[in-house]
Amino acid sequence: MSPGLAGFLMSDVVLEIKALTRRFGAFTAVDAVTLSVNAGEVFALLGSNGAGKTTTIKMLTTLLPPSAGEARVAGFSITTQAVDVRRAIGYVPQAVSVDGSLTGYENLLIFAKLYDLPRGERQARIGEALEFMNLTADGGRLVNQYSGGMVRRLEIAQSTLHRPRVLFLDEPTVGLDPIARDAVWKHLVDLRTNYGTTLFFTTHYLEEAQSYCDRIAIMHLGKVAALGTCQELEASLGGDGHTLDEVFAHYAGSTLDSGGNFRDVSAERATAQRLG
Amino acid sequence: MTATFIHPLTGFVEKTFVITEFELRKLRHDFTELVTRALQPALWLLVFGQVFARSGAMRTGNIPYLDFIAPGILAQSVLFVAIFYGINVIWERDLGIVQKFLASPTPRAALVLGKGFSAGIRTLSQAIVVYGLSLLVGVKLNWSPLALLNVLTVVVLAATLFSTFSLIIACIVKTRERFMGVGQVLTMPLFFASNAIYPTTLMPGWLKIISQLNPLTYVVDALRTFMLAGSTSTFGLSHDYAVILLTTIILVLIGARLYPHLAT
Repeated sequence: MSPGLAGFLMSDVVLEIKALTRRFGAFTAVDAVTLSVNAGEVFALLGSNGAGKTTTIKMLTTLLPPSAGEARVAGFSITTQAVDVRRAIGYVPQAVSVDGSLTGYENLLIFAKLYDLPRGERQARIGEALEFMNLTADGGRLVNQYSGGMVRRLEIAQSTLHRPRVLFLDEPTVGLDPIARDAVWKHLVDLRTNYGTTLFFTTHYLEEAQSYCDRIAIMHLGKVAALGTCQELEASLGGDGHTLDEVFAHYAGSTLDSGGNFRDVSAERATAQRLG
Repeated sequence: MTATFIHPLTGFVEKTFVITEFELRKLRHDFTELVTRALQPALWLLVFGQVFARSGAMRTGNIPYLDFIAPGILAQSVLFVAIFYGINVIWERDLGIVQKFLASPTPRAALVLGKGFSAGIRTLSQAIVVYGLSLLVGVKLNWSPLALLNVLTVVVLAATLFSTFSLIIACIVKTRERFMGVGQVLTMPLFFASNAIYPTTLMPGWLKIISQLNPLTYVVDALRTFMLAGSTSTFGLSHDYAVILLTTIILVLIGARLYPHLAT
């Protein structure tokens, strides 16, 4: 990468998080998280259940006010310019967020209207989004007849219809079989390539982070325990041939499966069941 | 991103109707609900109403008892349908739908009012059912177009009011189990502490006071005035409309404040 290009990318920070904190009573779910993400980056937040990943995403998408700290998304403050932030982002929650009693097309149409897409462009955009996500043939079907992978692709189509600068995804591939997971990722990478969309996602799957991410943050007990590219993190342990699994165990003090409370686990299982 | 400037009020009205439109589109796929809902007013009018009319226990002045309760049963069925509307929102929360809408720039009040208004339109089927039953038992109805239009308006407003109330409860309790419990506890007192099936003149003093604080009382009064031939309002129609509208506005504002809590 030329110095000029690197300089340009460095200056184009699309997500800036400073000492972001969220407490629930005496419990600190997110503890002074500070990091920044550049435009066009694919960034993963890794951590076991209950590490604070979802709470972080909820604050960045303005669904949950922070207890302390600040973040700017696409240049807008999440606390004082929430509506501007909402216009600039797309959000795919972990749970199923399209409506099963509407068709795929209708699910897209309602968001086209809510995001004020010009009337004349709506049909073209929806058609393009369906095609992009390989759903053209199924646009007229009720979503409750879709497979899990199709549901996820429709959700991504829905939340990128307005061409957001940042797309937040909470566990985008949970509950999907490997083939459907690959298909979802292929489309996500295409989004970045074609529209320069910044992707900020949480995941349990280390291999996904490894294959698709520019940088990773490992969260543990609400804090950022490690931050960098996969190679940087692997090198940080010293010596050769460390796997990302070892990196994770080192920084999070545990394997990925431990941790989390009943609600996290049951929510995740429910999602997996609905998609599966 | 599409940067088009839209006036806040126009935006609010437009988004409200977008939400309503899609709530109604969902209805198209499920008609069984409309049929099962017709059962309860039938029981009240054909069984309860007939028996009490025959007993002559209710002194309803110069209006026959069946005529008296027909508008009350319409109001009651609107209440019963609307008060459980909030369960849909809890369902949408357990999925990720509420969260996704809240992460969009849609005004919160438009999300709340749009849903309430769709509940209002859905309950119009109850009006058709109650009019049919009324014909069957010989209630003397007022068929003037203006009266009918007012009945439809009051039904939509009343359902909007009570479904928004229901949505507020959903935002507070957040789980289906607790919601069903609270819903059950609320419906009967609202129904009995109103003029739906007996005149307030028969009530003891304390109940009369409660009934006057109950929005359902004004819904019933307005419906009774518009539905029946030669009936006069107890409180005055503008008073009825004012109470219903004001309560709805206050509830929508409260709902808009509480709705984001569903995503936390």
